Amino acid sequence: MQLVLEKRAERSTAIAIASPLIAVALTLVTVGILFAIMGKNPITALYVYFIEPLTDPFSLAEIAVKATPLVMIAVGLSLCYIANIWNIGAEGQFLVGAIAGSWLAVRTNGTDAGAWVLPVMLILGALGGALYAMIPALCKIRFGASEILTSLMLVYVAYYGMDYLVRGPWRDPHGLNFPTTAPFDPAATVPALIDGSRLHAGTLVALVVVMIAAVMLGRTIMGFEIKLIGAAPRAARFSGFNSDQLVLLTFAVSGGLAGLAGIIEVAGPIGYLQPDISPGYGFTAIIVAFLGRLNPVGILIAGLFLALTFIGGENAEIAMKVPQDLTKVFQGILLFYVLACDSMIVYRIRLVSTFRNPVHA
Amino acid sequence: MLDATGQILHLILSVNFILTVITASTPLLLAASGELVVERAGVLNLGIEGMMIMGAACGFAGAYESDSIVVGALCGVVAGMAMAAVFGFLTLGLAVNQVATGLALTILGTGLSGLIGSGFVGERITPAQQLYLPVLTGLPVIGRILFGQDAFVYFSIALVIGIWMFLYRTRAGLVLRAVGDNHTSAHALGYPVLKIRMLAVLFGGACAGLAGAFLPLAYTPFFIPGMTAGRGWIALALVVFASWRPGRLVAGAYLFGAVTFLQLSVQGLGLGIPPQLMSSLPYLATVVVLVLISRTRGTAGSAAPASLGVVFVPDR
Repeated sequence: MQLVLEKRAERSTAIAIASPLIAVALTLVTVGILFAIMGKNPITALYVYFIEPLTDPFSLAEIAVKATPLVMIAVGLSLCYIANIWNIGAEGQFLVGAIAGSWLAVRTNGTDAGAWVLPVMLILGALGGALYAMIPALCKIRFGASEILTSLMLVYVAYYGMDYLVRGPWRDPHGLNFPTTAPFDPAATVPALIDGSRLHAGTLVALVVVMIAAVMLGRTIMGFEIKLIGAAPRAARFSGFNSDQLVLLTFAVSGGLAGLAGIIEVAGPIGYLQPDISPGYGFTAIIVAFLGRLNPVGILIAGLFLALTFIGGENAEIAMKVPQDLTKVFQGILLFYVLACDSMIVYRIRLVSTFRNPVHA
Repeated sequence: MLDATGQILHLILSVNFILTVITASTPLLLAASGELVVERAGVLNLGIEGMMIMGAACGFAGAYESDSIVVGALCGVVAGMAMAAVFGFLTLGLAVNQVATGLALTILGTGLSGLIGSGFVGERITPAQQLYLPVLTGLPVIGRILFGQDAFVYFSIALVIGIWMFLYRTRAGLVLRAVGDNHTSAHALGYPVLKIRMLAVLFGGACAGLAGAFLPLAYTPFFIPGMTAGRGWIALALVVFASWRPGRLVAGAYLFGAVTFLQLSVQGLGLGIPPQLMSSLPYLATVVVLVLISRTRGTAGSAAPASLGVVFVPDR
């Protein structure tokens, strides 16, 4: 007997809708088994992980704070992935955006520069991310170099660049030798939505991004082009769409959004630039994009869910002495199941006898 | 500045430097050798880092429990292969996107190795011993470089030679390259594309697992979570840097190993070269090489395997 994939005559709509839910359910079962192996009660553990954070306002605000960068990055990435363009270097674009915006914050630190600082920082962040994303995009259209590899390699270059800046020229002279910049001035800080909460205005930006993306994909020619070039590249070329332009555009948008997310993260919840500003948002956003079925509204839900795993993981570490690493295990398994379920939209699995039946052969 | 150049030269030409570079390069060479075969078969597995760190955790656990380096190395190999099997099942069996699956493998491996290794943090083992040969090891200069390494180092060299012979001197190697360059034609000729790719993926997993196991078994005698520290990504870069050729892979591995080690020494010399610049050199070099080989594709013969990363579903 052998497992064989068979292409479905048409995409299964039922599975397309159910796929993320099946994936989440399978992940919960798998992680439950893992808890049992570790000697913890699976029901209690899953409760601490996924329900408890939803019951107190502090955790709810934290979920929104964590979901903000995930959703912004994932919306940009989804445009690339729909068009079959593989930007996987969002983490690097996030970091460069943070660096570009922080430059102004560091320069104006301690001066009485006015309210213009923050908006300019956000613009610089988006520009920085977009320009950094232009490197893999141009390498692809100009030389045919695989954007998968170039965008990934540039993540580490960005990381070391930022590390150099905060340990070297941008280090806070009054900062007790910690590798951080000076805390940003109030004029260079994203304001809190509610006084005393970590919930900040950047979350609203993420919501606006989701709305714009939903309208653009569903209602504009550009959205149509992106979808067409992904689904039927030959047909798109025959009808005169310029695929090079689309590579530049999707990279610019995804890089810009990642960069914007980066500067919002630094100027919002963190408040200064330091070597580790991201627990891998740029990579987790890839899971978010797929779990959200590359759809802006789906991504919003998926982003909140992934943020929940971060917060639940922190809670579980304190309450049940479960290592934080479990959050990564959880995210990895979830992505596996999402991808496997997505495959079932296009294919069906057939068990085929390895011995050919002579009557039907 | 002259003095500084002199200091660097002095450092590079010392026997200890060469010994350290060989040790630092071995995990890169082991992991990259496996990935080279995987990519030659047309599969892009971005999960090397995840397979390596699992190899490190399981390798240390095995060696600690059994008190044997060989058992530890085997545990690392098996762990790497198990991770690779998951990757193979999804990308080959279910035709799932290889890029996303590879990244998921790294995320999963990082987490899982932390869970497995958490019980072993702070423990120590007796590391793999250097093999000393009478007379030969005592030779001046070359003695310790050629005849004073641990078994992993010799194995890594043998592995690359074996891979070179397999790819270019055997029929099976030719079939593997054909599958990587044009899976449709290979399938039409009757070769089992998915089976060959699965074997290649498992081989890559075994190599990555061994490379990971090298770290706690021979490099440092203990396990730290995340101890692969990005070596999996450098190994991935290395395969591209070597433009998918085993010979260049050896040169590239020792070059990257030297750069990673130099970054520590240069920092100590206080030359004003930021260590972060040295750390990012392998990645920058890979981007440049990728652009160069992509530009000359078609004129300068084989660069990337033509079917690299493309999903294949056989029609029956």
